[in-house]
Amino acid sequence: MTAAATLKAGIGAALAAPVVWLASIVNVPLKFWQRATGTGGMAAFFLAPNMAIFGIFVLVPMIINFFYSATSGTAYFLQDRTYVGLEQYQRLLDCGNYLDTATCHEDLFWKAVHNTGLFVVVQVALMTVVSMATALILNREIVGRSFWRAVFFFPVLLSPVVTGLIWRWILQRQGLLNLIVHDLGGEPHNWLTDRFWAFTAAVSVSVWAHMGFYTLILLAGLQAIPRDLYEAAEMDGTKPARVFWRITLPLLMPNLLVVIVLALIRAVQIFDEVYVLTGGGPGTSTLYITQYIYEIGFASLLRNPGLASAASILMGLVLVVLTLVQLQVGRRGERKGARE
Amino acid sequence: MSGVMTFLTRRRGGRGWHWTDIVSWLWLLGGVVIMFGPAVWLVGSSFKTPAQLAEFPPTIMPYVSQHARVEGYDKPLTLYRVKLPDGSTKVLAEVRRIGIVAQMVDPQAPNDIVKVNIADRQPVREIGFATENYTEPFVHFDFLRYLRNSVFVTAMATLITLLTNSMAAFALSKYKFRGRDLTMLVIVGTLMVPLSVILVPLYSVVGAVGLLDSLWGVILPTVATPTGVFLLRQYMLTIPDELLDAARMDNASEWQIYWRIVLPLAAPALAVLAIFSVVWRWNDFLWPLVVLSRKELYTLQVGLNTYAGQLNVQWHYILAMTVVTMIPVVLVFVFLQRYITSGIAGTGLK
Repeated sequence: MTAAATLKAGIGAALAAPVVWLASIVNVPLKFWQRATGTGGMAAFFLAPNMAIFGIFVLVPMIINFFYSATSGTAYFLQDRTYVGLEQYQRLLDCGNYLDTATCHEDLFWKAVHNTGLFVVVQVALMTVVSMATALILNREIVGRSFWRAVFFFPVLLSPVVTGLIWRWILQRQGLLNLIVHDLGGEPHNWLTDRFWAFTAAVSVSVWAHMGFYTLILLAGLQAIPRDLYEAAEMDGTKPARVFWRITLPLLMPNLLVVIVLALIRAVQIFDEVYVLTGGGPGTSTLYITQYIYEIGFASLLRNPGLASAASILMGLVLVVLTLVQLQVGRRGERKGARE
Repeated sequence: MSGVMTFLTRRRGGRGWHWTDIVSWLWLLGGVVIMFGPAVWLVGSSFKTPAQLAEFPPTIMPYVSQHARVEGYDKPLTLYRVKLPDGSTKVLAEVRRIGIVAQMVDPQAPNDIVKVNIADRQPVREIGFATENYTEPFVHFDFLRYLRNSVFVTAMATLITLLTNSMAAFALSKYKFRGRDLTMLVIVGTLMVPLSVILVPLYSVVGAVGLLDSLWGVILPTVATPTGVFLLRQYMLTIPDELLDAARMDNASEWQIYWRIVLPLAAPALAVLAIFSVVWRWNDFLWPLVVLSRKELYTLQVGLNTYAGQLNVQWHYILAMTVVTMIPVVLVFVFLQRYITSGIAGTGLK
């Protein structure tokens, strides 16, 4: 870590001089402000920049999103749009049979909903199993644990665009995967133009990209389990499988639930890496809700911001429910921890 | 060697090998291949020439064809190893190719043209790196501009995030005022409202304040991160209030207390947030994609996606640019990965 420490010290020293000078200049008017308004005014001063940005770019959009979803037209400014009440929602939800997208008025939306549903179920299941297995292995008495942990964490830092391009390059016709298939005597394949394989790729690539994050949370949970429990079990001659089901899994449950809910929340919003990887194709087979919102809101010729905003509110509702579940789960975990 | 093996295979408690040990090691070694392999393959491919990228089966290492100057020809000619009708092989240079027949000359005897079926020859190659994949995008594309835009956005957003988030965290952890808990609740509550949910109205708000198609329109909406405020506040709560009171006794102003006492003490948390912020902003894709429509303002991620989405993808440039885009994150990984993993394990936030 010495290299990073020297680097930090060097950058710090270089940046410090003008910043310190600026800070001392700021101090003068602030002293007057403090004398005039007291600590209450100072609290307001410290909060102001963050809350102003937060208010303008988070709270205001959140509120006017509801107005957007009640208007129609292609204009982006609210005053140029016509009020249509709940028409956009009716249009989105107008479906003869929710399981058959062809009977829906807005069939693209329902395709995206179906695709996202399937994606979420498969991806979260795979993500949980893979990161759980990795965390259990990393929790064993292995040489160089922090190195191995870092290995699985590496893709988490990559940008979704880079991740998407790396895998597009591997899965293309003359790519690495076809080289391996070819060497094993198989037939090279156009992976990303096949519905099944494009879906499989979307799921696997997103698991590849994010499993390190969940592994980390699970590993932290595993390491918090008291060692003496295992030692006692060993003295009693308990079988490893029984130790897992009776000690490890119950004590890890709070972390595991957090991981599942977090993975659910992320999977519902999946966009970047899959968009770069498949562009939603072939056809609409990997089109997910966020891409639908983006395309209807901005990119497509038939753009309809009101419809996109109504769809985003429906997705937001799902996310709010999932987050409330997460908070509930977290609280139960805490209470359980307190009892033990 | 056997000493190393006994060290690696030694297990605590002196137990022997179990099948689960073998599975574990296979999993870990497979993990190295699957996690690093794709990135390594990308870097290797990025040094290949366009002709080589179109080959199947692809080679593991990048190769460069050999050329030779032959008397009587202006340009260097490509060398091939040719199988002659009498069964011997010879290195010849290609003059021109018509259909499946190539006209070739012996570099030693440049006057006699030999006609060769292209099935009977192999290019002479040795391992070499097509570094022009890296240098040409700087000239032909707006790559340098994208790089500059990305650096500007990342640096500015991180600085503003650190300043505004730490000021807010200071107020929320060290002052008692009406509505403090409500403010905190609102901030943390918005964690559940991701960008994709407010995409359309945010676009119009940014348009209303005149920041569409500007880098500040990319920067400002992202800087008031709830994660940052939360992380810093939790850390500042551990700084004892007595320290602040002692400074007030010495006539320090509130700004000085924030600047001279709380900020330096919160340095570890600030460092974690800075690393997070750099990675977040460098990697941002959806929001810059929506807000930037003028090409010269694109960030690296948006520019890369645009070039990769063209009908005729120039993979040799795309791969090289992808590697450059990856470099800062790889540096963070190599030097600062420990801070991030401890940050995540501590707060459960990303």
